[in-house]
Parts: sequence; structure tokens; C-alpha cells
Amino acid sequence: MKNLVKEFTKGIIKENPTFILVLGLCPTLAVSVSVANGIGMGIAATFVLLGSSAIVALVRDFIPDKIRIPCYIVIIATFVTIAELCMKAYSPVLDRALGIYVPLIVVNCIVLGRAEAFACKNSMARSFFDGLGMGLGFTLALILISGIREFLGSGQILGHALIKGFEPIFVFGMPSGALLVIGLLLGFFNLLKNRKA
Amino acid sequence: MNIQEFLTIFISAVFIYNVILSRFLGLCSFIAISKETKPALAMSFAVMFVIVSSSMITWFVYRFMLLPFNLTYLRTISFILVIATFVQFVEMVVRKVSPQLYRAFGIYLPLITVNCAVLGVAVLNIDMFFLNGKQVAGSFYYSVFQGLCVGLGYTLAMLLMSGIRERLQLCNVPKSLKDFPLAFIIGSILSLSFMGFSGFSR
Repeated sequence: MKNLVKEFTKGIIKENPTFILVLGLCPTLAVSVSVANGIGMGIAATFVLLGSSAIVALVRDFIPDKIRIPCYIVIIATFVTIAELCMKAYSPVLDRALGIYVPLIVVNCIVLGRAEAFACKNSMARSFFDGLGMGLGFTLALILISGIREFLGSGQILGHALIKGFEPIFVFGMPSGALLVIGLLLGFFNLLKNRKA
Repeated sequence: MNIQEFLTIFISAVFIYNVILSRFLGLCSFIAISKETKPALAMSFAVMFVIVSSSMITWFVYRFMLLPFNLTYLRTISFILVIATFVQFVEMVVRKVSPQLYRAFGIYLPLITVNCAVLGVAVLNIDMFFLNGKQVAGSFYYSVFQGLCVGLGYTLAMLLMSGIRERLQLCNVPKSLKDFPLAFIIGSILSLSFMGFSGFSR
């Protein structure tokens, strides 16, 4: 039990997929214009991570070593398709906002990375919690980045204005602002790591 | 199908919506392999080749397999499978035919499978050139041309970035900002300058 908790919590801070492992940045940057988009993307990616990690762990003994990557990709793509169809059915607004980045969860390095590095060597329960933790870490990172960007770029969080008379800095809503925010955040986390060491 | 369409595709794919600097596709390889110009260029050519060929293949798969049988919801699975198989095939052929070429960019080929730019362009082509389940006239040429232009945009961004980072190696930068963070900040400034092109769109 203690082990499972450890697998779950490590993804949130110690091995945060975005800030520490620096994986899966394409969707992170592209959808982080607003917090709502960030949360939607986070949930979709978490679902895919959970499902694919569990299934990969379940069938890991049957997959021949040589063709394991294509097998993983098919499993991942199945879950991505499920997520995509659900999003189209229940939340068309979010689907339009995220656009091509939903099918692109297939090539998100976090998902394949977890399958290759963790799920293919561990039991189903552990892989499940590992996927959940990683997904949560990814979602939290997305919320942090999109929160900063939405606040600075449009003066709002989730559509609510926070400070009266705050003049938004438009560049933070642009692609360039996303790269700047992630660069500075990565630098900040490195600084913390160096301090500790 | 006319020249103007092609020109619009060229300018928007290379400058306005540059794959890396504005759409954020293929960012991982952009940050990881842009430390020196030579490997960056080899990677760019490999990516360009794969994007153009996969644009062609995925167009055929979509037009003649998924559309007629109403299987469009299998788009993601079938595209990634076709791309992965194709990349593996190219890698095998290159290794057999030209070991020299294989040494030059063979190691980057497996990476390209999970390069978001390849699948991204394939999906984008379908979104742009198949409206309501019907293909736009000349959609095949548009798709392939868009693939080529996205490849060119990728090469341009890679060249700019690797040139800057080569110079940075001699600079004394803060320890925390070394490598990744600084690369992102440079990318941000590059992207800012590419924003100037956005006035080009109609």
C-alpha cells in the first residue's frame, strides 16, 4: 500500500513530467492560453495515461520485445480516440478550443515514456497509480502555466477579472509568451534544485 | 487550384503559423537537437522528407480507406500506425542502401515517429482540405505542398535556433538558466519576431 502511495505522489512534484522530466511540452505550451483549456487538456491526458499504463502493464508479458513500441502506440491511440469522441460529444466548445492537440496526445512523450519506462516493468496496480500521479502532475503544471498566462495575458482567471484596472499584457496570450513563461519557470525550478544541492 | 492558394499556404505554413514557433509542434526535437548547426540541419531534412511522404500516404489512407467506409473516427489510430510503419521502413531501407546516409541522420529517424509535427500536419491537412466529408478540389496537391512548406518552416526555425545556440556556448550564462530554460527564452524572442509576419494574412 505504501508503495502505491509512493508511485502516486512521485509524479506530482519529485518527477513532475513537465518541470523535472521536461516531457510533453508541445500540448502544454499550445493549449495553456486559458485555465479552462489547461484543465480540459490535463483531464484528457490523465485519462489516456491511466488507461494506457494499466493496459500496457496487463499485457506486458504477451508483447514481443521487438514490436513493443508499435503495440504501445496502438493501445495509446485507442484511448486517445475514446477521449476525442467523448470530448466531441459532451464538450464541443472545449473540443474546438483544443483543436488538433487532442489527437496529438498520441505522440505526447509523457504517455509513451511512462509505457516504456514504467508500465512495461511493473504490475498493473502500480502502473495505474503511476499513471494517475503523472497525469495529475501534468494537469497541475498546465494549471500553473495557463494561470500565469491567462492572468497576465487577459487579466482574468477562468473568466473572472481579479484586479480592477489591470492592463493585460497581450504578448502572454501569444505563442511567444508561452515560451517565455515555460523558460522562466524551468529556470526557477532549476534554481530551487541548485539551492537544495 | 491556383497559384494564389499555393502562395497563401507557403506564407502561412513557413512564417505566420510556423510549426515550431507558433504551433509548438516538434518542440522536443527543436530544443534537444539544436545545439549545433550540422545535426540540426540533418534532422530538419529527415523531418521534411518524412512529413512530405506521410502527407501523401495519409491523404490516400483517408481518401480511399476511411472516407468510403465511414471510418473517419479511426483517423488517429490509422495515421499514427501508418507513420510509424513508414518511418521504420525508411530506416531499414536507408540502413541497407546507404550506410553513410544512415550514419548522418539514421539515428534521428526513430525519433521522428513521435515528432508531433508529422502527425500534426497529417491531421491539419485533413481538417483543412476535407470539408464536411468532401475533399476540396486539388486537396492532394495542397496537402503535399503544405507538408513541404511545414518542413521548410521547421528547417528555418532549426537553423536560426542552432546558429544562436552555437554562439551561446561561449557565453557565461546564469547556472539555473543553462540549456533548456535559455533555449525556451530564445525561442520566445524568435517567436516574437515571427509575430511580425502575422499581418501577411488576409
